[in-house]
Amino acid sequence: MELTTRPVALITRARLQRGIAAQWREWGELAIQSLLFFAAMISVFTTIGIVIVLLVEALPFFQQVSLVEFLTDTQWTPLFAQKHFGIAPLLAGTLLTSAVALALAIPVGLLSAIYLSEYAPARVRAIIKPILEILAGIPTVVYGYFALLFVTPLLKRVIPNLETFNALSAGLTMGIMIIPLVSSLSEDALYAVPNSLREAAYALGATRLEVALRVAVPAALSGIVASFILAASRAIGETMIVAIAAGQRPILTLDPRRAIETMTAYIVQVSLGDTPHGTLEFRTIFAVGLVLFLFTLALNMIAIRIIQRYREVYR
Amino acid sequence: MELRKRRELIGRVFEGIALTATTIGLVALTLLLLDVARRGLGVLSWSFFVNYPSRFPEQAGIRSALLGTLWVISLTALFSVPLGIAAAIYLEEYAPRNRLTRLIELNINNLAGVPSIIYGLLGLELFVRGMRLERSILAGALTLSLLILPILITASREALRAVPMSLREAGFALGATRWQVVRHQVLPVAFPGILTGIILSLSRAIGETAPLITIGALTFIAFDPRGPLDKFTVLPIQIFNWVSRPQEGFHRLAAGAILVLLVVLLSMNAFAIYLRNRLQRRYQW
Repeated sequence: MELTTRPVALITRARLQRGIAAQWREWGELAIQSLLFFAAMISVFTTIGIVIVLLVEALPFFQQVSLVEFLTDTQWTPLFAQKHFGIAPLLAGTLLTSAVALALAIPVGLLSAIYLSEYAPARVRAIIKPILEILAGIPTVVYGYFALLFVTPLLKRVIPNLETFNALSAGLTMGIMIIPLVSSLSEDALYAVPNSLREAAYALGATRLEVALRVAVPAALSGIVASFILAASRAIGETMIVAIAAGQRPILTLDPRRAIETMTAYIVQVSLGDTPHGTLEFRTIFAVGLVLFLFTLALNMIAIRIIQRYREVYR
Repeated sequence: MELRKRRELIGRVFEGIALTATTIGLVALTLLLLDVARRGLGVLSWSFFVNYPSRFPEQAGIRSALLGTLWVISLTALFSVPLGIAAAIYLEEYAPRNRLTRLIELNINNLAGVPSIIYGLLGLELFVRGMRLERSILAGALTLSLLILPILITASREALRAVPMSLREAGFALGATRWQVVRHQVLPVAFPGILTGIILSLSRAIGETAPLITIGALTFIAFDPRGPLDKFTVLPIQIFNWVSRPQEGFHRLAAGAILVLLVVLLSMNAFAIYLRNRLQRRYQW
C-alpha cells in the first residue's frame, strides 16, 4: 500500500503551517511504527530463543554422551543406575504412535474432504464442518482420558493381550484428533480447484467419482500432501494423549499392543519427577526436545513450501 | 451402456464409503461426550467447585484449578492480545515487501507448528529460571502467550485483510496519517474478526497442558492463588493428575472436570461465532 505522493512544495508549506504539532505527529507516527515492528519481531525472537535454549542445554549433554551413542544405542535408561542414552526406543515409540494415527487420519480425513467438497449438499456441509471444528478444539488431555478410559477397554475386548498402556489406542485416538486437520486442509485444496476442470471432465462423460478421483484430487494433490505432512508433524509433537495412554516404557518395539514411551511423554515424565536441574539426567529432555524440534521443523518447512507453491498455480 | 451403469454403481459405493468416513469424527465425538457425561455428571455439585483437591475422591474439588485457569488466562490475554494485534497491524498495514518481512512471516508460520511442549522447555529456561519467576502464574502466562501469538497474529491479519482498501484510501485522501487511518478506520471495522480470533486463541490456551507441566506447574495446590507470583495449577493439569491415578473415584472427578472445561470452551466458541455473525452485519459493502 502506497501513500498518494504529493508535490514536495505542498508538503513543506503544510508543515510550516502546522508547525510543531505536525513535527510531534510525525515523531508519534515513527514511534508507533517502531512499536508495531517490535511486536512483529517477537516471533523471530521466539524462534531464536527456542534454538538457543535447546542448544545451551543439549550441547553439555552431548559433551558427556557421544552423538554416536545417542544415535546407535538401543536402550534409553537415563534415570536408572545402569545408564544408556540411545534415543532409538523413544524415536520408535513416537514413530509407532504417529504411524497408527496417520493410518487412521489420512484415509478418513481425505475421504471426508472429498465427500464434503465433491458430494455433500450445502446443508450437510454446514452441519458437518462445525462438528469437525469442535473435534479439533477439544483439549488433548481430554483425548488422553478418552484413549485410556474408553478406547483401551473397548479394544481389550477384541485384542485380548493388549496392555493397559499401549501404542494402539493412543495412536488411534490421536488419529481421531488429527482427522479435522487433514480434512479441512485437503478440502481447502480441493475447493481451490477451478470448476472449469470438473465441467470439462463431465462434458467428456466422466462420472462423479471419476471427476473426484481423476481430476479434482490430482489437481489438488500438493495441498493434500501438505496436509498429510502437517498431520505427521502434529502427531510427532502430540504430548498429552501419549503421556496418558501409551505408557512410560522406552522399549524398542513395533508392536502397537505394548506399552512404549514417546519423546514427548519422556519430557513429561522427567518434568513431573524430581530430577534436579543442571544434571545430565535433566539435560536429556533438552536433547530429546532438540530432536523433536528438528523433526517437526523439517516437516513444517516442507509443508509450507508445498502450500506456497500450489497457491501460485491457480491464481 | 452396461459399462456406464457399472461406473455409476462404483461411484455410488464410493460415495457411501466417503460418507461413512465423514461420520467417523461425529461418532467419536458423540462417544467421547457420552462417556464423559456418564462418568462425570454425578460428581458435579457445589462442593466440587468450592473444594480443594484431596487424597479422598469424595472430598476433592476443582477450586484451585479453576482459580488458576482464570488467573493464567487473564494474564495470557493481557500479554498476548496487544502484542498479537500490534504484530498483525505491522504486517498488514506497515511492512514493506522485503526479506525481513518474509522472514517474520515464515517464522510465524513455523512457530504455529512447533509442538507445545517445546514452548514449555523455552518457558522453563527463559521465564522460570532465566527471569527467576519460579513456577509462578506469571511464568505460565508468559509461556502460553508465546504459544498462542502465532494463532492470534494469523487470525488478526485475516480480519485486517478483510477491510476494503477503499476505506483506507478515503482516510489518506483526507490527509490522515497511517496510524490515524489504522486507529479510526481499519481497527473498528476489523474488530469483530479480531475479537473472534482472540477468543479462539484463548480457548486454545485454556486447554493446554504439556507446556505448563514442563515449566513445573504443581498438581496439588490446596490454597487460592493471591497474585501473579504464586504457584498454581490449572484445570487440564488437574484432569491429567486425576486420569493418571488408578482409582475409579478419581476418574469420575477427571470426567467431571472435563465437563466443566468443555462447557467453558464450547461457550467461548459459541460466543465467538455469535459475535462474528452479529457484528459483521453492521458493515456491508
